[in-house]
Amino acid sequence: MDEGQAKSAGLLEVSGLTLSRGGRVLLSNIGFTLASGEKLLVRGPNGAGKSSLLLALAGVLRPEAGRIAWHLGETPQIHYFGHATALKPHLTLAETLNFWRAVNGAGEMPAGPALEAVGLGGLEAIEAGHLSAGQGKRLALSRLLVSPRRVWLLDEPTASLDVEGHARVAGLIDAHTASGGIAIVATHDELALAGAPRTLALGAGR
Amino acid sequence: MSALLAIIGRDLKLALRGGADVLTLVLFFVMVAAVMPFAIGPDRPLLQKLGPGIVWIAAFLSMLLGLDRLFRDDEADGSLVLFRHAAIPLEAVVLGKMVAHWLLTALPLLVASPLLAVLLSMDPNGWGRAALSLLLGTPALTAFATIGAAVTVSLRRGGLLAPVLILPLAIPVLIFGVAIAAGGDGSGAATLVLAAISLVCVAFCPFAAALALRVSGE
Repeated sequence: MDEGQAKSAGLLEVSGLTLSRGGRVLLSNIGFTLASGEKLLVRGPNGAGKSSLLLALAGVLRPEAGRIAWHLGETPQIHYFGHATALKPHLTLAETLNFWRAVNGAGEMPAGPALEAVGLGGLEAIEAGHLSAGQGKRLALSRLLVSPRRVWLLDEPTASLDVEGHARVAGLIDAHTASGGIAIVATHDELALAGAPRTLALGAGR
Repeated sequence: MSALLAIIGRDLKLALRGGADVLTLVLFFVMVAAVMPFAIGPDRPLLQKLGPGIVWIAAFLSMLLGLDRLFRDDEADGSLVLFRHAAIPLEAVVLGKMVAHWLLTALPLLVASPLLAVLLSMDPNGWGRAALSLLLGTPALTAFATIGAAVTVSLRRGGLLAPVLILPLAIPVLIFGVAIAAGGDGSGAATLVLAAISLVCVAFCPFAAALALRVSGE
């Protein structure tokens, strides 16, 4: 599929999406499409519905109205990266990644290089419980690398990360979208992403 | 298959590295039997008669102790959301966690059952029947526990509610389990019925529990 075809073939179509939580309308009549290689930054104040939108896109939350259509085929193609890092303090970093490689499907990148890519090289044998919050976030990010998926749904991926970590996250997102994946990133931070990412501004139930 | 084994292996590792939960269950199981002779009195024939029932009550209550940890940690740390997008269906994830739960909560009880037999003055045949009944019945109890844990995973007081939910389901297992352990005329039929209950429960439980987990996330 060349670039033109990829752009025309939307991987994600969202239309008329309305989402409520706790009786409060968070999103009302949201619509957008995303094609291969695109990245979408979701912005908005606390409580605007950024995380809820990602959870709805991940199939965890059921929208009140509207349609979310993924055109990804049969195999699971979504990586969800939420506030909870899904790390077990008593598993080593290598065990953590090898577990998710087994459960999510193993890609070409083994645990060692994935940890190197997020700045945790050489820490394979220590338990995740000994990591700082930022290192835990990096370990959770490395999970995206060991099992290739076309869609990354990232909720505050740079929270708790230092400046160097921000740059790494931006680099990982750029590399992912450059290889044809799509990334939807909810963030308050300024990410130095390549190109001109699209932005979805949420607020006041819109 | 490797994903299923990875889930079982991970849960076993976490349980063994994370603390003494397994030992707590076994200790509770043995302690129930240990205090019975003091409560009932040194009446050996009576103890032998009540032995099968005591074994099953102790096993059932011990397994309830470990019920809360089945999905609670995975829910709290976000793993359950990730399991929804695993390369294997959520039902297979539940099956893996159910097998690990049986290995961590029921197998130790089977291993400790000879000690109970001694404490309850059971003869070797009586112990054999009790162990067989536990082997056949505990998979069904684990299946019910899995459903109860899945239904209550997102509830704040789920740990209290789940045992109440599964108690009615567990009654037939207790009845047939005790019938096997006690021996007698009907024990052959009870063996077949209990085996059938366990097989059916283990086959259907992953689907029911996975559905409950999906609904609980919404």
